[in-house]
Amino acid sequence: MNDATTDANSEDHRTEQSQWTLFYRKNGRALNAFLALVLVWVFFAVNNPTLFLNPLYYNAFLFSVPATIFLTTSLVFVIVSGELDLAFPSVVGAAGGVFMYSVVLGVPVIPAFLLTMGFGALIGLGIGLIVVYGRISSLVATLGLNFFILGIVNLLAQGRTISAPEAMNSFGYTLFVGKWHLFDTTLRVPNHFIWSLVWVAFCYVLFKYHRFGNRVQLVGDNTDSAREMGINIERIRVSVFIVSGVAAAITGALLVQMANMVWFPTSGKAYLLIALAALFVGGTPTWGGVGTIFGAFFGAMTVTLIPSGAVGAGFAGYWTDFIFGLVIILTMIAHRFSGARVR
Amino acid sequence: MSAASEPVVELRNIVKRFGSVEALSGVTMTVRHGEVLGLLGDNGAGKSTLIKTLAGVHDPDEGEIIVKGEARKPWTPAAARDAGIETVFQDRALAPQHSIVTNIFMGREITNSLGLLRVQTQIDEANRLMREIGFTSKVFNPESTVGTLSGGERQGVAIARALYNQADVIVLDEPTTALSLTETQKVFRFVEAVKSSGRTVVFIGHNIHHVWDIADRFFVIDRGTEAFEGAKSSFTGADHLIEMMHQLAETGSADTSSLLEPA
Repeated sequence: MNDATTDANSEDHRTEQSQWTLFYRKNGRALNAFLALVLVWVFFAVNNPTLFLNPLYYNAFLFSVPATIFLTTSLVFVIVSGELDLAFPSVVGAAGGVFMYSVVLGVPVIPAFLLTMGFGALIGLGIGLIVVYGRISSLVATLGLNFFILGIVNLLAQGRTISAPEAMNSFGYTLFVGKWHLFDTTLRVPNHFIWSLVWVAFCYVLFKYHRFGNRVQLVGDNTDSAREMGINIERIRVSVFIVSGVAAAITGALLVQMANMVWFPTSGKAYLLIALAALFVGGTPTWGGVGTIFGAFFGAMTVTLIPSGAVGAGFAGYWTDFIFGLVIILTMIAHRFSGARVR
Repeated sequence: MSAASEPVVELRNIVKRFGSVEALSGVTMTVRHGEVLGLLGDNGAGKSTLIKTLAGVHDPDEGEIIVKGEARKPWTPAAARDAGIETVFQDRALAPQHSIVTNIFMGREITNSLGLLRVQTQIDEANRLMREIGFTSKVFNPESTVGTLSGGERQGVAIARALYNQADVIVLDEPTTALSLTETQKVFRFVEAVKSSGRTVVFIGHNIHHVWDIADRFFVIDRGTEAFEGAKSSFTGADHLIEMMHQLAETGSADTSSLLEPA
């Protein structure tokens, strides 16, 4: 036994950690994501201060960022539990259709929205059941399901886009996507941005302070151990797809309203890589077990800022992908510094 | 110590087969209240099948499991836990990226009626449990990440969790394997504390010296059946036990007449 080679009286060489060290250990990834956002903004602002200090510039930003926020924060649950969801873009499209058809058939906007959320939960349940009880890798299963669901939607829609402009006069429409001036500035805040903040707060509490979020993390960290301690692994794994489905449905219904009550079946397609990039820039690692909702929120802001911000800062459009890639790689390296995986 | 106390768990004529292989062929083992029972045996002797049977992972094909005088059937992990038997498996016990407190309350979180965690209550309770087994230090607290702890300290987390789960019998599967001497001493302190709280420990080990130091009684299994057992006082010392184990390995049986107090 080589145990005896260790000095039995060796002192404990670890030192007591300061509050700040502990705070950084626990929140480093979210702080890095915030720092990345600030640095990207400062970099752009230095190149074109007039534009980036003008509140008017942020109208478009606040208008477009909520979709990415909804999708990215819900993906935290999926990735942390050890799964992957690539089917959400098709759910966005399908849910938009459900919302649109409900409105066209005469359902008022608010009930139609709730109905769409229910649809998202149901389709998320279906995806979860296929992944968990079909024992298929979620990467492959959701990749296939994304095509499959989008395919069904396309078949049903027959290439049509549907609109219902009269619903823009409803109270529900104003409640979801109406805009108002912040104080006396030129900045117009869209209500769906406020709703995205409500969603982030909800996800934060659910993830960090609720039994469900706690178990999602434990399942992702050590599945065997969680199972042995009586946690229903299958239920948790199915549930994360429900969270993702609901968020995709909300996004779908919002995108319809943001487009002045017009539905495109493929409206979710553009968000697949954006949301995943935002998630990883936001500091949630790929290996599961840990993640951060606030980080995802900052990540969503960063990836939304880059394309328009780069142009605004004076870079020609073909620089966008380069800057995008650079930011992703640099933040990944920064996250690495704030803590490698512990086993 | 030699005064026979109440049996808390009794395995009677346990047979477990996997296909045509008989892993356990009629093992009878008694775990007595308040003792530290050392379970020894070579690789492939049936040790790990026996532990899994104790933990409820295996339901025996034949034989009876009696806990506190009551025959238990069916025998599942949940049944074992309800009967007060908590097994700490070597690698699978903990979530390393999470805090001590999260690990202690894994699957049994303290929440309010909405399912929200009672964070401070959990921390206070974790502190109490950790103090109970002497698992305290300046360098970590209940909110420290388990992955930053040493091997012995991780056993402390698992043992504290078993205490929270109201276990009467804690089964430790190779808790000191791959640990340094200092770390092993830590685990021994936790085991001593558990014992002095009136609970029972089954300690499984490869290293006979480790088991000798901590156990009150020894149960040796070989080829799926009991080879011999005896209280610590039956042996003249660790060497005596080791000699009998050698004998067992070489000849297939050990001379039990050398025991000072035959079982």
